[in-house]
Amino acid sequence: MKLLPTVAGLGLLAATGFTQAADPNLARNLAATCANCHGTNGKAVPGAGLDALNGIDKAKTLQKLADFRSGAKPASIMHQIVKGYTDEQLDLIATYLAAQK
Amino acid sequence: MMLMKRRDFLKAGAAAGALAALYGCAGMGKASGHVVVVGGGYGGATAAKYLRMWSQGGVQVTLVERNPTFVSCPMSNLVVGGTRSMEEITVSYDGLKNTWGVRIIQDDVLAVDPAKRSLRLAKGGELSYDRLVLSPGIEFMWDEIPSLDNAAAQSIILHAWKAGPQTVALRKQLEEMKNGGVYALSIPKAPYRCPPGPYERACLVANYFKQKKPKSKVIILDANEDVVSKKGLFTKAWTDLYKDIVEYRPNSEVKDVDVASKTAILEFDKFKADVLNVVPPHRAGDVATRSGIKLINDRWVDIDWLSMESTSTPGVHVLGDAIFPAPTMPKSGHMANQHGKLAAAAILNLLSGDRPSPTPVLMNTCYSFVDAKNAIHVASVHQYDPATKVVQPVQGAGGVSAARNEIEGKVALGWARNIWADMLT
Repeated sequence: MKLLPTVAGLGLLAATGFTQAADPNLARNLAATCANCHGTNGKAVPGAGLDALNGIDKAKTLQKLADFRSGAKPASIMHQIVKGYTDEQLDLIATYLAAQK
Repeated sequence: MMLMKRRDFLKAGAAAGALAALYGCAGMGKASGHVVVVGGGYGGATAAKYLRMWSQGGVQVTLVERNPTFVSCPMSNLVVGGTRSMEEITVSYDGLKNTWGVRIIQDDVLAVDPAKRSLRLAKGGELSYDRLVLSPGIEFMWDEIPSLDNAAAQSIILHAWKAGPQTVALRKQLEEMKNGGVYALSIPKAPYRCPPGPYERACLVANYFKQKKPKSKVIILDANEDVVSKKGLFTKAWTDLYKDIVEYRPNSEVKDVDVASKTAILEFDKFKADVLNVVPPHRAGDVATRSGIKLINDRWVDIDWLSMESTSTPGVHVLGDAIFPAPTMPKSGHMANQHGKLAAAAILNLLSGDRPSPTPVLMNTCYSFVDAKNAIHVASVHQYDPATKVVQPVQGAGGVSAARNEIEGKVALGWARNIWADMLT
């Protein structure tokens, strides 16, 4: 019965985003959808009034996104945009942006 | 003779590839080849930059653009309304050239030969490509407004729906108009470039009249049966801010004009203006329609949403306003930028022998000013749906502003600076 733990392990991986992470460019591509407003790789134009996202701790970005989603953090537009992405996609985006210098 | 020395590109590509390997980017930058991008607007400029950036210089990119500088359509209504200058909406192509190593050719494309994978330039010469990106924007269907189908008429009755000299000329006509004059703006049936754009223009011209020529009127002749975008917010602005200035007329399709008297000819009616601004119906830009690529309704290019590649013509990717849009997807600069990134990612995969990503995501934001300071937005997110093979709007996401506000006016200007940098810097 050595098969069982393997199957269970695979199920867990799938649930935590293993399937999409198989595409090495997925996080990069998803984060690029933010760049129109927040700058290429999250490096917003200084002084233009929009938050830079590069090098920000992943947990901090995810909390901010969760607060937009719940309404805890007031927004003009992000409360509407955040609802268009899955949790898994937001996790990939936050991870990618945290790694940008 | 503008013959591209493809061997030199390949050599340069190999060198850049070696550089990428040096910096330890295994698995990235392995794509090589030559991509030609036609059109340096929101879609094409973004594709050019991202192809270079994501391939770490491994892919050679040539951008063919007819204009010497980029002039933005978004924000150009602020120039029409007199609160911003042309300089503030103009950006150089130097960043693409110097920072990203994009080869820029200022020229027009006469014809594409997809079988030979080459295209012919107006000033002479041919360019060969491994993959082609067409981001040609729109062409006006002048035959729908027969009396405007000549250059002289088009210099009197303006569209100003491609930013540039027409923007300046429309501003001049408004400045020269007498107090008490009538400005009429005709809107074609959807789909057209920038759904909220005409209503924004009506607001900003009304804002100018309110300050400087308060006896003047803005008449909107809309071919559509109702306001196409941000309806509640625009109609509230017209009522609250421009009650005695703006008049909205639905189901008012302009069929022709009388140029000398600046009269719009509708199906059962005529309307004479002092400044007549006609936005004719449009279709995909000429280079797309002349290349034998499959169109929908004889107007818009049919594309595969995983790659932006033409469904009929392998190796040709089409972006921006020229494509047949997915459900609820606007023809906007923001969306064209997103198309550019989707295409860049797919092209790099294809040039590496991989398939495009099966899960593309696109999002849109359009800001519109209703006066010099207050703006409103519409936003949406679109995810690929394997069942319909189209990017579909995510239900429950996106939406419009609760009310016009100055914060979004500031954000709109910040959006412009960031997206221009994302394309061109």
